Amino acid sequence: MTRSSTWKVARAVAAKDLRIEMRSRVVTNQVVPFAGLVMVMFAFALDNDTVLERVSGGLIWLATLFSLFILVQRSFAIDTADGALDSLRVAGVSPAGIFVGKAITLMIELLLLELTLTAAAIVLYRVDLRPSSLVVLVTCMIWATAGLAFVGTLYGGLAAGMRGRETLLPLLLLPVVAPVLIGATKATEAAFRINGVAPSDGWPWIGLLAVFAVVFGVVGLSAFGALIEE
Amino acid sequence: MNSSNIVELRDAVVVYGSFPALAGVSLTVSKGEIVLLQGPNGAGKTTLLRACAGLVPIVRGKAIVLGHDLCADRHAVRQRVGLLGHNNGLFGDLTVRENVSFWAQLVGASNLEVDAVLERMGLSGRLADIRAAHLSAGQKRRCALANLVVRRAELWLLDEPHAGLDATGRDELDETLRRAVASGATVIIASHELERSRQLATRVAVVTGGQVAGSQGDGGRAGAS
Amino acid sequence: MSIDYTIDHIATPDAVAGVGTKTSRGIGLLALGVMTWVVVSGLFLTPADKNQGDSVRIMYIHVPTAWIAYLAFIVTGAASLIVLIKKKPALGFDRVAGASAEVGVMFMALTLISGSLWGRLTWGEFWAWDPRLTTTAFMFVTYIGYLAVRNLGGSQQQRAKRSAVLAALAVLQIPLVHFSVVLWRSLHQSASILSVDGDIKMDGLMLFTLFTGVIGFTLTFIWLVMHRSRLMLMRGVIEDRGLEAAIRERQRDTAGASQ
Repeated sequence: MTRSSTWKVARAVAAKDLRIEMRSRVVTNQVVPFAGLVMVMFAFALDNDTVLERVSGGLIWLATLFSLFILVQRSFAIDTADGALDSLRVAGVSPAGIFVGKAITLMIELLLLELTLTAAAIVLYRVDLRPSSLVVLVTCMIWATAGLAFVGTLYGGLAAGMRGRETLLPLLLLPVVAPVLIGATKATEAAFRINGVAPSDGWPWIGLLAVFAVVFGVVGLSAFGALIEE
Repeated sequence: MNSSNIVELRDAVVVYGSFPALAGVSLTVSKGEIVLLQGPNGAGKTTLLRACAGLVPIVRGKAIVLGHDLCADRHAVRQRVGLLGHNNGLFGDLTVRENVSFWAQLVGASNLEVDAVLERMGLSGRLADIRAAHLSAGQKRRCALANLVVRRAELWLLDEPHAGLDATGRDELDETLRRAVASGATVIIASHELERSRQLATRVAVVTGGQVAGSQGDGGRAGAS
Repeated sequence: MSIDYTIDHIATPDAVAGVGTKTSRGIGLLALGVMTWVVVSGLFLTPADKNQGDSVRIMYIHVPTAWIAYLAFIVTGAASLIVLIKKKPALGFDRVAGASAEVGVMFMALTLISGSLWGRLTWGEFWAWDPRLTTTAFMFVTYIGYLAVRNLGGSQQQRAKRSAVLAALAVLQIPLVHFSVVLWRSLHQSASILSVDGDIKMDGLMLFTLFTGVIGFTLTFIWLVMHRSRLMLMRGVIEDRGLEAAIRERQRDTAGASQ
């Protein structure tokens, strides 16, 4: 498969998935509210304003991770509902292209989610976000989201389709995303200036996130095909 | 090997776990034929179709489809083959046109081609803008076949394509298949619909116990005079 | 079915009478001998620690099993990489990868349990977020997932390829996790690195026992992996023979029915 056809496939798949999302509005009407609710639940469970503000970085990314499972399963449910994933496999469509296309869609949905969660943190946990921290925060989000999207698509493809596979997704995914949780939390805390940390302290963590994203993006291109095969 | 043979299977064996779903199948299909696979449930008809599509590995015997040796590499043949199983492979939230356009995009077909295909399959006009989930069973099946047409699949493998269709739907399906063959495709159907399918097919192959027992029909290369 | 003779030269189908071979029996006896010495030395011959007392003896289990856990991880990773690189299905290496993962998971569990008990005895805590223990915990869960995926259906070649890809992903992900945890814990400068073996004064005999313990456990690991992969091979051979019979039977049935 030439490079251009992988990209062509990716564009078609991403456009298809985004169009379906715009019609069905599952992410905006179901997943985002769920994530918001999780943030509220955290407030109930932790019940301490000082603590909440201090751990707000971690809570945003925890809520993101919980929602990631739902997003990934939704992403592949679109294709397995009427056997379309099988059709894509049968047709010999470039798996790398499917991987990139689905990852792009997942990234867009995740970014939307994270923006909402950050807003929730500012409102609910009284986080102090200043314009000077925005660069760190946005860069952190981009790299963390890329990493989560690649890994989610990769393992989501493996867990899709066969009965009894869906329950594998959390088990496989959680150990893998630990670096993202650690890195994104620390970088976000830096952006929120928690514990007197300056935003610039977030850059090493963003480096970790970037390495993670690049590694799994590159590997995912070749690994995805083997994982979706029956 | 006769180069006008689309499918050549010789003593092919396919296993699921330790069960030989195909226990030594021999079948030859030439270009332009409509071959009907007939046989009881569990005989291996579906597996035979999936094997020809390169979906399941052939562990023994010979299998050459569209010139590709499936034992060596079963992935290369997939782009030229279309398999229609019990599902239609449609995206429910997309319209008919959007569904077909998606596949058109993947093979680089133009919008004009999409329109032409929709026209030919009787899916143009108002029907083209209805979401796939709201179509009737027959319309969904036609849309799935439109996907095969726009993909320019050379070998059509259809598993019980008439199932769930009313009389009109079945007639339309048969007409579609005849036209596809006239345009150069080859069709293998697995079906329980004995009478109708016999009329449609140029050849009938009986599948039992994971093997092809024999084939009757005019032995014909459809379209040959 | 292709059988990879390079790795199966100790396990050709004709020699498949039992799970043991001459080599494995030799290794097994050696392992038994070394381990016996380690047990005796660890429990009776070596001195107790000045600070920790007798609880230091857990070290003779904890450190070697941690080492084996990492070794198993490397073996599974390397065998899986070979499966991915070779064009023809390298089922022998796939068996080694699977066997190493199964045995490895067991050793990982032992590492975690022994480490946890040791921490409880020494520091009063069942758990410490030290990088080695945390990474081992992650390895443990990752390999449980890997073993679950190995049991999914499909042809042998398909299962081998899928598992190999997953193992390759694990090879990438575990170091990333370890690195992240190290970075993470390095922030907590105030708490001393809660590594239980950090402040032990080791005398000659203790070091020697530890060293031979590593050797003994490694031999045990090799012995277990050999047996497990031969068991997988034997199962494969039985399946093959069963397949032949099943094909013939099916053909006979059809021929009989059509008369």
